[in-house]
Amino acid sequence: MADHEFTMPVTEDDIRKLKIGDHVVLQDTLFGIRDATQIHMFDKGRETRLDLDGHAVIHTAPNVKKVPVSNSCPAGYQSICIGTTTSARMERFTRPLMERNGVRMIIGKGGLGENSAQAFQDLGGVYLAIIGGTAALETTWIEQIVDVDMDDLNPESLWHFRIKDFGPLLVAMDAHGGSLYDAVRTGAQNKRAAALAHMGIEG
Amino acid sequence: MKIDLDAIEETAKLLYIRALKVLPDDIKEGFQRLDASEADATGQSILATMIQNITVAEDTDNLLCQDTGIPIYNITIGRSVEVDGIDLKTAIRKGCTRATQEYPLRSSVVHPVTRENEHTSCGRRVPVINVDFSEADEELVIEMIPKGSGSENGSFLKMCIPADGVAGVKTFVIDKVLEAGGKVCPPTIVGVGVGGTADLCTKLAKIAATRRLGSVCDDAEGAKLEAELSGAVNSLGIGPQGLGGDSTSFAVHVETAATHITMNPVAVNIQCHSARRARATFTPSGIEIGV
Repeated sequence: MADHEFTMPVTEDDIRKLKIGDHVVLQDTLFGIRDATQIHMFDKGRETRLDLDGHAVIHTAPNVKKVPVSNSCPAGYQSICIGTTTSARMERFTRPLMERNGVRMIIGKGGLGENSAQAFQDLGGVYLAIIGGTAALETTWIEQIVDVDMDDLNPESLWHFRIKDFGPLLVAMDAHGGSLYDAVRTGAQNKRAAALAHMGIEG
Repeated sequence: MKIDLDAIEETAKLLYIRALKVLPDDIKEGFQRLDASEADATGQSILATMIQNITVAEDTDNLLCQDTGIPIYNITIGRSVEVDGIDLKTAIRKGCTRATQEYPLRSSVVHPVTRENEHTSCGRRVPVINVDFSEADEELVIEMIPKGSGSENGSFLKMCIPADGVAGVKTFVIDKVLEAGGKVCPPTIVGVGVGGTADLCTKLAKIAATRRLGSVCDDAEGAKLEAELSGAVNSLGIGPQGLGGDSTSFAVHVETAATHITMNPVAVNIQCHSARRARATFTPSGIEIGV
């Protein structure tokens, strides 16, 4: 269980070194993406002008304040509260996000499914678990909203954040087929019969 | 007692913002309890970060979670309270809109078909405004709940049949907690509705999910189910965020209602660990804000 720090973007080699249980801290660049963003990108054929190649995306739709464009707020937005959302809803977008846009890291909560696990293996990607519901803390890791695209979908725009010491994040799915969620899910299923028997229900 | 509608609007705004920032004491105590008993290292580390986040939110005067949720206002009107019901609902809607635009908060509310966001946290039939009545004299209570979507998506209804018995109810709850896994942001409060009609059963599950930690169902049969299910859910090892551990849920809460001879409905509604609530009590002596 190693600790890693990456200044984004990363390479496929960087990703394939990561194993489930490792911790990762990211520096410099992070993109925010959500359900509507990806529905528009992959179902409605919209293209983004932002370059996600080798980058990390976090499943998010932030609380932001519209402000005049300035050096500290180049996109005209100041961050208020930025956290994460449940990733499972966006399962079917993992592969196209990696294939078409070159994304290497997906950050979210609750984990992704089998198709994503396969895409991580085939293409070299990882899922990094951030803790859901701890956005006040995570907001302190974000320095600036650098840019925003597809902002007609606000708050589900495509956000470009500048980050500092973003993490620690837990490698919960790696490029070798490992998934901490699978291990927990299998363990919980194995305890189902005992839990029911304890309440007087025999399978 | 005559209700001042401007005060209702102002309070509806204040409660939404306050609920998003300050976690109720019973939930904070729930965290301390889980933290003291969690044996899994990953679970311990995640709980510690969640507890740290509560402090950071208060220290930086920020929202606990980015999800501003679907706004729910539960109104309880006591005896001898004079208020026009339509004006009351309008004032709450205005307060909710002002919280969203003036703070500003992320509006998480869209039309279900067009997905259009009015950026007011309001829309057709939202905020959810529930009205009930109480015995209390000259008292009006507004409870505000920003219900997060990750856990609201962990909502399930099954019209069990009488032959399924209470075993069917218990099995359904365990299976839905397994299915929800980490998606509902554990540790959770699992709200369970038993009985009623389909709509009442679902509503009971929401009441149970948003009930104060430490409270017990006032139907003895419901209370028995709470104790059994709380132990069973936490024996599954799902843990904080679904990454393993003992702290899957703070508690399972149950609410019951009478049902039909042919029916045995059970509903599950889950509350995430960011179990946010805020409450205002209007009396002749003023407005008290709490949880």
